[in-house]
Amino acid sequence: MSPGLYAPHSLRNAVIRFAGNSQDGIQSIGGFLARLAGRTAQEVMTYMTIPSTISGGPSIFQVHIGSGEVLHAGDEADVLVAFYQHSYDSHLGALRDGGVCLYDSGEVKEVRHERGIKHIGIPFTAATVEAVGGSTRDRGKNMFVLGLVCAVFNLDKEKLIGIVSRQFGKKDESVLRNAMLAFDAGFAYEVGDLERFAFEHGEAGDGHRISTDGNQMLTAGLIAAGVRYGAAYPITPWSSIMESLRAELPKYGGIYVQAEDELAAVSMTLGAAFAGHLAVTGSAGPGLSLKMEALSYASMAELPIIVINVQRGGPSTGLPTSVEQSDLMQAIYGSHGDCPRIVLAPQDVEDCFYIALEAGRLARKYSCPVIILSDQALSSRIEAFAEPDLDVHWVEPHIDLSTRREDYRPYPLDRTTQHAPPGSRMSSGKYPVISGLEHDEWGHPSGSPKMHSQMTGKRRQKLIDAAAEFPLPKVHGHQEGDVLIVGWGSTYGPIKESADRLPAEGFKVGALHLRHLHPLPNGLETIFNRYEHIVVVEMNDYGAYGYGQMATLLRARYCNPAIKSLCKTDGLAFRIREIVTGVEKHLAGAG
Amino acid sequence: MSTVLPSATVTEPEDRLTKKALTADHPTWCPGCGDFAVLNIFYRVLEKLQYPHEKIVCVAGIGCSSRFPYFMNTHGIHFIHGRALPLATGISLSRPDVHVFVFGGDGDGFSIGGNHLNHAARKNVKLTYVIMDNFVYGLTKKQTSPTSPIGFKSKTDPTGSVDRPINPMKQLLASGATFIARTHAAQVKHMEQMFERAILHDGFSVVECLSECVMFYAGAFDDSTPRKGGTFEAVDETQHDVTDEVAAFKLAENLAPGKFGVYYQVQRPTKNDLEQKWITDTQAKTGGVSQKDLLRKRLEAMR
Repeated sequence: MSPGLYAPHSLRNAVIRFAGNSQDGIQSIGGFLARLAGRTAQEVMTYMTIPSTISGGPSIFQVHIGSGEVLHAGDEADVLVAFYQHSYDSHLGALRDGGVCLYDSGEVKEVRHERGIKHIGIPFTAATVEAVGGSTRDRGKNMFVLGLVCAVFNLDKEKLIGIVSRQFGKKDESVLRNAMLAFDAGFAYEVGDLERFAFEHGEAGDGHRISTDGNQMLTAGLIAAGVRYGAAYPITPWSSIMESLRAELPKYGGIYVQAEDELAAVSMTLGAAFAGHLAVTGSAGPGLSLKMEALSYASMAELPIIVINVQRGGPSTGLPTSVEQSDLMQAIYGSHGDCPRIVLAPQDVEDCFYIALEAGRLARKYSCPVIILSDQALSSRIEAFAEPDLDVHWVEPHIDLSTRREDYRPYPLDRTTQHAPPGSRMSSGKYPVISGLEHDEWGHPSGSPKMHSQMTGKRRQKLIDAAAEFPLPKVHGHQEGDVLIVGWGSTYGPIKESADRLPAEGFKVGALHLRHLHPLPNGLETIFNRYEHIVVVEMNDYGAYGYGQMATLLRARYCNPAIKSLCKTDGLAFRIREIVTGVEKHLAGAG
Repeated sequence: MSTVLPSATVTEPEDRLTKKALTADHPTWCPGCGDFAVLNIFYRVLEKLQYPHEKIVCVAGIGCSSRFPYFMNTHGIHFIHGRALPLATGISLSRPDVHVFVFGGDGDGFSIGGNHLNHAARKNVKLTYVIMDNFVYGLTKKQTSPTSPIGFKSKTDPTGSVDRPINPMKQLLASGATFIARTHAAQVKHMEQMFERAILHDGFSVVECLSECVMFYAGAFDDSTPRKGGTFEAVDETQHDVTDEVAAFKLAENLAPGKFGVYYQVQRPTKNDLEQKWITDTQAKTGGVSQKDLLRKRLEAMR
């Protein structure tokens, strides 16, 4: 039976999990599928795990494609593609009852017929070798599988081949030829009595849609925000941002420096900021720990920089390729002294672009460090969304080197600092010194108790002003009722989906997502007061007192005993089921 | 450049840079400190070079000598301990139109900031770095420094230091700095020559300047101070080839008191120039596409 003989079964959503080893190229085929979904007006969210070893080790790539809103990477897979016995054994449990398991019959020898799962054994390896020729061994079996999936799901073959060609087109001609031989073999493979599926058409909106991951969108957002300089040190999962900036910024006349260590990286970035540029550094948690002294300096000296923390599992070296939200307190308070800075968190891949723009604007306006808390899940997952309109979202870099007026002071007590970078002439003939010692309005050291209080107040005022300008986030779902689920960062999708499912149990549920973490926007208490329970969902630990990091801050800020925590620390993104069950427990009074 | 920077302005006669115009706060150093002479000679060299006032940037970390930017009426930045060089790197690379001067001590340069010295030097970042070496931690009142000799009694080594001190010249030679000189705060003429040559060098130029701490290590440099009975021996450049790295290492073998002068100077492309070349080459390929369209194309490729 060849594809297309049967009328395909219509689908709104499907979750496909590819399980293999990290060198099998399952990330690339997952990426192709995600991009295809974006191009065919479908929603997509991906999820992957990679081992923190250089080569080898089990790895998965999961793609959730849907014609409606896709808010999470899927709790359970509809289809499991298993490359090895260990992949099969580890991931069969992730397949839903009655799901389909496609496995490499040359590798997977023992299958368990359970829960109505349909097993289809296909010799991925042997068929690929046969199609491509012996010399390549099993390289290309990922493309064979892509061809197979394309046939089973009636995907747009022409568009998919276009995406693949563009990717392989940069390489040697034979690479593309072999890839297409494997793809065609998979596409034409007789899979027996497996039914065929087809996605309902998505609702195509106006304008173009793009598919990419969070780190690429942060990079694009930084460039749009006017960032042209900075420095960093490689660390997972931040590295791909610095790699992109290093390669891209020269096109824009800028320079991104690979520094000798994390302290040098933040210091070079501060140098560029002092020189009048909007500059960025970034890292993961361990690197942020090292940068802390210089970040305290940035608050004191009032220098505008953007600092990105792509969070991973901690403490210490922790889990480099897993996700956690355990650097919140570090972001807000993690330096010596009272050092005000702004902390933001993007809620999904699309938001990475807009949060970078906002960080740039705030850093300039308040002349202070702005930390963006992304995480490992956001860094690597692919989503499809509307292409940003650069005619609206574009900041032209600019250095103000105008001659400063007679009364210019770098640290005026009655205004926000706006530095005069080198190259600016001073009408007064007095040149400013930027200082990390407590200083007077001219930047010269001052040990005066009164001056320290006044300058602390001046720096604090930035947070008060920022809180007043931050928009109050909108509640999704019930505007008052039984429970408000509060989250921040990459948990936006799963929380929203959970809030939609819970009313089925008869509860009035709202969901609130925070993008401005420090300072918090004014007026949140008016929202909190409308709910019986407030459950803060976050990927960090309950701590000694039973509350996660954001919940601790919210309880201290609002003194509202209804604020409770739903935390986890397994290094994996929240599943819908975990949130729904956790919130239900709180509602039952057992939380 | 992504941002249009004005070209170096011509100095108007009324703007002539004088010591008076360059002077800011009265130094907080102790009377008799060697650093006063360093400051005065730096004023003098700047008066001679006549760079536009607004284009001079003084950078420092932490230490007595690192208070330098407060005493200079120029754009200045007083940073954290040991990190002045990476900060200065950020300024130098992103602002080719300004002159970057870094000042610090032996603790800042060779101890807490040792790693940065190696990397700023090997990258050949365009800037001038003056290390005022007094063989002691003075600001924190007499602890052992990385250049304190064995046997030096300090609050952290009450029975005398036991750790072998750094040999600054060897350290700098190994780091890949392209201009390395050694001078003495009590020899102002020599110091002036070294500063001027360092500043005019196109690349990472570093000068170690022995500068006595009269409070916590008085007499440290008597053996190279003629009026205290020592001998000040300058490097004879008719005998020493400054481009010969091996000869420079030989010259650095015994620095007690050792010789003073240029140990090493070679021309190697600066990081500033290499990065600028990458920018120029890359932009030649993108051929006049606006920056906004460049990013637009990148987003379009994600469709």
